[in-house]
Amino acid sequence: MFLSVSPSPHNLAQVDVSRVMRAVALATIPGIVALVFFFGIGSLIQIALCISVALVSEALILKIRQRPISHVLKDNSALLTGLLLGISIPPLAPWWISVIGVGFAIIVAKQLYGGLGFNLFNPAMVGYVLLLISFPVTMTNWQVPLELSQYQLGAGDIFSAIFTGFTTTGLSVNELRISVDGITMATPLDTLRTDLSLGLTTYESFTKPIYNGFVSVGWVWVNLAFLFGGLWLVAQRIIRWHIPVAVMATLAVCATLGFLVDPDTHASAFFHLLSGATMFGAFFIATDPVTAATSNKGKLIFGAIIGLLVYVIRQYGGYPDALAFAVILANMTVPVIDMYSKPSSYGHQKKRHPKQGSSND
Amino acid sequence: MNTYAELTWQGLWKNNPGLVQLLGLCPLLAVTSTLTNALGMSLATIIVMVGSNATVSLIRRFIPKEIRIPIFVMIIAGYVTCVQLLFNAYAFGVYQSLGIFLPLIVTNCIIIGRAEAYASKNALLPSIYDGFIMAIGFSAVLVLLGAVRELLGQGTLFDGAQLLLGEWASSLRIEIFAIDQSFLFIMLPPGAFVALGFILAIKNSLNNKVEAMIVPPVEEKKIERARVSKV
Repeated sequence: MFLSVSPSPHNLAQVDVSRVMRAVALATIPGIVALVFFFGIGSLIQIALCISVALVSEALILKIRQRPISHVLKDNSALLTGLLLGISIPPLAPWWISVIGVGFAIIVAKQLYGGLGFNLFNPAMVGYVLLLISFPVTMTNWQVPLELSQYQLGAGDIFSAIFTGFTTTGLSVNELRISVDGITMATPLDTLRTDLSLGLTTYESFTKPIYNGFVSVGWVWVNLAFLFGGLWLVAQRIIRWHIPVAVMATLAVCATLGFLVDPDTHASAFFHLLSGATMFGAFFIATDPVTAATSNKGKLIFGAIIGLLVYVIRQYGGYPDALAFAVILANMTVPVIDMYSKPSSYGHQKKRHPKQGSSND
Repeated sequence: MNTYAELTWQGLWKNNPGLVQLLGLCPLLAVTSTLTNALGMSLATIIVMVGSNATVSLIRRFIPKEIRIPIFVMIIAGYVTCVQLLFNAYAFGVYQSLGIFLPLIVTNCIIIGRAEAYASKNALLPSIYDGFIMAIGFSAVLVLLGAVRELLGQGTLFDGAQLLLGEWASSLRIEIFAIDQSFLFIMLPPGAFVALGFILAIKNSLNNKVEAMIVPPVEEKKIERARVSKV
């Protein structure tokens, strides 16, 4: 038996970057399954496309930067960025949307800042925001849930819609958004904000077929599936509970306050938590170890900022969903949060005001 | 190198206002969404810069040192007003699309910078040439940025050129590729920052090669050392 003499810590957890990234990727599987079940296989095609573009652009820029290619590609971080962006992009978006978004995410947001560990902003969300600002119409056209759609979509139709813009029967992506009763449909969040701006109350809006009572068709299960994957990540100790809990708690508190003040124009906390990208963002986007705050206290503050911004932008801003903007804005605050939430090391007292005599800690 | 060659080298590459001094970023980033706008801005900058450098150089002996900056600003503002009125009269479309950035040339740091750094200390002809070549260097960056942004943003070049050059120029419009929705990010100011960043990076990576090509490397002086101690 070989006994090595080394300084502490002696008990090393076998956690490396590659394994963490792989675990996060695996945890998205329930969510992806739900997406595919409700919206067709478009998401799978987008994910495959995004991952391949991510790997190619990472290899390309590493070659230009004269860094070891295979070593860096093996850490799975480019794969994860591609995967997360592929999940975020609308299933029927044209293929060049994915290529532009992932290329920008990897080349500019990640590698030009120095690669994994040096990027200030979450690369997947930078790519998403670039697309959202550039192509707002395409990026906010999420597909109608299959059960509400007027047309039966086969895999071939979806494939052809992504790469040519038309299905095999010649329907354009916009026509596919027409629901059973002949009304063009937006996402639940989008429908709600349009209805509110038209002077309808939330109750009136919720009678539309895209809602099922007080929640939205399909999106509830997608969010619950991502919640399930996220809880698995917490149980596996890949991520800590602080950020997701802070995001969801802040969002729920804000939404409840709004709902109590004026239920006619504010949706409930339940609706906010189970619509759009809430769960996906709270567990998979906001918890990115590079761009999130470091200490536990910092993580709580970071998550709370995201939750607050999501609510404010959804309720009062110009876009239906807000997670990408919220995460990027919160990323900017991370250096300050980290500075003020630095835990004191064992045996040292926190610096107090110079006033003498307050020795109560 | 003689004076003019040195001025050319400084203005176009070594000390380029847009890429090295990074002066006048406001018009550089704000009005370069299309090639036509960039050309209009270039034209205005060239006229103002040549005029202000010439005037400052002519009256440089009569300007009291203490109040030289206000005087330079007055001179520049005079030229900018002339250019603004000319654009208003002869290129109204461009006048409208340049908007506030045309009168804002007054505050463009390159122009006052060249007046202060060169024209107030040198004779008339070199000053005029300095103003001209610096403005050309700035314009080159403007035009490059405008072309890149227009091409990536809406897939065309010289869109709306008839606003600047008259009706015949509408045939200049080239459609490189057709897109049904423009790439808004590139057309908006953030895209200008990113595009300028890429141009700066390319310029910096080319720098050594180009400098070696134009300026012959100075031979290092060999220092013969006298032995001062015995080993």
